[in-house]
Amino acid sequence: MSSTSKPHCDPEYYELLEKLQALDFVLVELNLFLDTHPDDLASIQQFNQLTQERTQLANHFQQLYGPLQNFGRAYSKYPWEWSQAPWPWQV
Amino acid sequence: MWIYEKKLQYPVRVGKCDIRMAKYLAEQYGGADGELSAALRYLNQRYTIPDKVIGLLNDIGTEEFAHLEMIATMIYKLTKDATVEELEAAGMGAYYVNHDKALYYQNAGGVPWTATYIQAKGDPIADLYEDIAAEEKARATYQWLIDMTDDVDLQDGLKFLREREIIHSLRFREAVEILKDDREHKKIF
Amino acid sequence: MSFPNEHSFAPFIGPFDPCPPITCKTYSTPPHLYMCFQPLNLPQFSPQEALRHGTLWPALYSPYESKWGKGRC
Repeated sequence: MSSTSKPHCDPEYYELLEKLQALDFVLVELNLFLDTHPDDLASIQQFNQLTQERTQLANHFQQLYGPLQNFGRAYSKYPWEWSQAPWPWQV
Repeated sequence: MWIYEKKLQYPVRVGKCDIRMAKYLAEQYGGADGELSAALRYLNQRYTIPDKVIGLLNDIGTEEFAHLEMIATMIYKLTKDATVEELEAAGMGAYYVNHDKALYYQNAGGVPWTATYIQAKGDPIADLYEDIAAEEKARATYQWLIDMTDDVDLQDGLKFLREREIIHSLRFREAVEILKDDREHKKIF
Repeated sequence: MSFPNEHSFAPFIGPFDPCPPITCKTYSTPPHLYMCFQPLNLPQFSPQEALRHGTLWPALYSPYESKWGKGRC
């Protein structure tokens, strides 16, 4: 619980966040690539593999620092976690 | 619909208090070739483009909103703790009078954003060529922004955004190739 | 495969130009200009490196350095 109250003061928050940003960035790149190369099986396999890794890492991140997505894409502890700071532009 | 994700696409860092750069960064916030224009242009064009390239316009348009948020973060951080005297000295006095430190969709010269910045011609080739040109113009704007600062942290975020323009331009050029030729693309390699 | 990331040209120097001349102007020519359609199976950066470079593929990476403090060069 202590990690959720002030994640922006926790160095591990930034470390985990960047790991997630890196994985998600590769997924953006592969997604755009596949939009113009829909028949590339190797890239689809890499995309699916990374999607699995990303899901695990995001779950771990959310356990520690609260939900990443709104509208029912992540669970909340009590009290309502979504609307708590910090927001992305604040960290 | 869209789901918000509570993180930036890239870690934005600003190394020093430099209000002047906040003013210039507005070019990529509410300027003709900025991120708002890009996002709205692609997401609007996707309704009338052939199915084969809708996904690409949809996804690049979505990524542009992540870039808009990065630019907003830079401007927010650069102005957050500035005094009125510092804003005045950096040439943002007139801006402060109208907006305090609220972000506003205008370009570096203070001209408000307008829909006339973005075209939707209905002709897929004309639309994609506009998109390619927009990416190259945005790349150039990032270069001139990088030139205007010695803050390596700010440069770092701007270099990331410049590289994204290059990738988007390539994808739009591939989209043109897809529409030009229905054959298997593998033959092109 | 290797194309220059930057080209240069010598701007015209007029007899009545008020400022000391800039003798060499450069412009970016990033790698995508030389790639009509991205080939399959290009070598990739690691995820961390990809994020820091702004692309997954080294072949599409285009460095750019600030002109701030570099004078007229």
